[in-house]
Amino acid sequence: MIRTALVLAGLGLGLTAVMAQSNPITERQQAMKAVGAATREGAAMAKGEAAFDSAKAQAIFKTYADAAKKMPALFPDSSKTGGETTAAPKVWDDQAGFKAAFAKFETDAAAGATVASLDGFRTAFGAATKNCGACHEVYRVKK
Amino acid sequence: MLLLRRLFVTLVVLAALAFAGFYVLTDPRVVSPSPEIGALPAADIENGKLLFAAGGCASCHATPGQDDKLKLGGGLALASPFGTFHAPNISPHTRDGIGNWGVQDFVDAMAAGVSPNGQHLYPAFPYTSYRLMPPKALADLFAYIRTLAPVEGRAPPHELPFPFNIRRMVGGWKLLFFEGAAFRPDPTKSESWNRGAYLVNGPGHCAECHSARNGLGAIIPATRLAGGPDPEGKGWVPNITQSENGLAKWSKEEIAELLKTGFTPDFDNVGGTMAAVVRNMAQLPDTDRMAMAEYLKSLPAVEGPPRPQAK
Repeated sequence: MIRTALVLAGLGLGLTAVMAQSNPITERQQAMKAVGAATREGAAMAKGEAAFDSAKAQAIFKTYADAAKKMPALFPDSSKTGGETTAAPKVWDDQAGFKAAFAKFETDAAAGATVASLDGFRTAFGAATKNCGACHEVYRVKK
Repeated sequence: MLLLRRLFVTLVVLAALAFAGFYVLTDPRVVSPSPEIGALPAADIENGKLLFAAGGCASCHATPGQDDKLKLGGGLALASPFGTFHAPNISPHTRDGIGNWGVQDFVDAMAAGVSPNGQHLYPAFPYTSYRLMPPKALADLFAYIRTLAPVEGRAPPHELPFPFNIRRMVGGWKLLFFEGAAFRPDPTKSESWNRGAYLVNGPGHCAECHSARNGLGAIIPATRLAGGPDPEGKGWVPNITQSENGLAKWSKEEIAELLKTGFTPDFDNVGGTMAAVVRNMAQLPDTDRMAMAEYLKSLPAVEGPPRPQAK
């Protein structure tokens, strides 16, 4: 009895995970949330509100790079609407430009992968976060 | 029979009077007289540059598809429920831009919505907000624009269906919705509050996007700045009053930060046309962004139209 319940619960969990994974809108929103959370940490360090920590700093750029790699595939044609998406139609009208924007983000993120000083971090962080607004301007609607 | 004829004549006379009345009342000089410029001191080009950024002039008038935001060749298409507008060339080119304009022409356009040839301009060009700038500020802005490179070429004409293609109709619209006065500071409020109110409502023209509009395309005063559907199409423009659905939980510093870097308090980064607004507002001094934040924080909480549920 207990075993059945456990198996069922396990199945339920697995199913939820699969569903979350198979929903590209949820997945890309989570990827962006991770980028946002990393940026919060980065901004605190850049502004001097938090102490500079090179491991933390490098982790921020790793989050960026991971998101930049993962994101372009999370916009299949089936995900143009729904789930409170704020993706602009331009994502699908201009796939080449959209992918190029993430390629640039990935390059800028890579520049910070081995950052070891606060000054270096500020420069790389500034360059990487310029991508946020630049890409959102074109590929995201207001919300 | 005689009665019928009298009735007919009366109707014709009434119609003629109504037409004459409409014609007189919608005359650009009657419905939107130009402000008196008077004698102005020498233009302050730095102030003009600041107002150019605050006004977001380049967002609509820069030639699309190239990176130089100071090439004001126009041509950007602006979709609306009334048709598609094309931002004109406002570079100092003498044939295609505003190179032949005098200060008075510029003030007429910005503060009264009237072109140098005496026609109404469509309020897609937000003179409804810009009119808050006094002639001195407008002259500074004009002097700055005149320092930029002339750009050849004209924007395509607006694509507006009948009856919106009749500019005289704008006179009727002005009669109903346009108020022409410049900004008057509130002496009971701080200097920075007044500066913020001026920047938000005047050059910044925040309300033009952040307010719901009525069937005739005019901002509904009761829900000013309370957000609404994006008039350009897909998306939703947020409420920026002190509503719980607006900026109630934002600090002044957080509002100023958004205007500088585009980051919200939860480190989302704003998109769409707001990204361009941020690029412009980032050029202002910190004190100006803080002043705008101070003013926005002083607004009452207003609920805008309900946001549709996600499907």
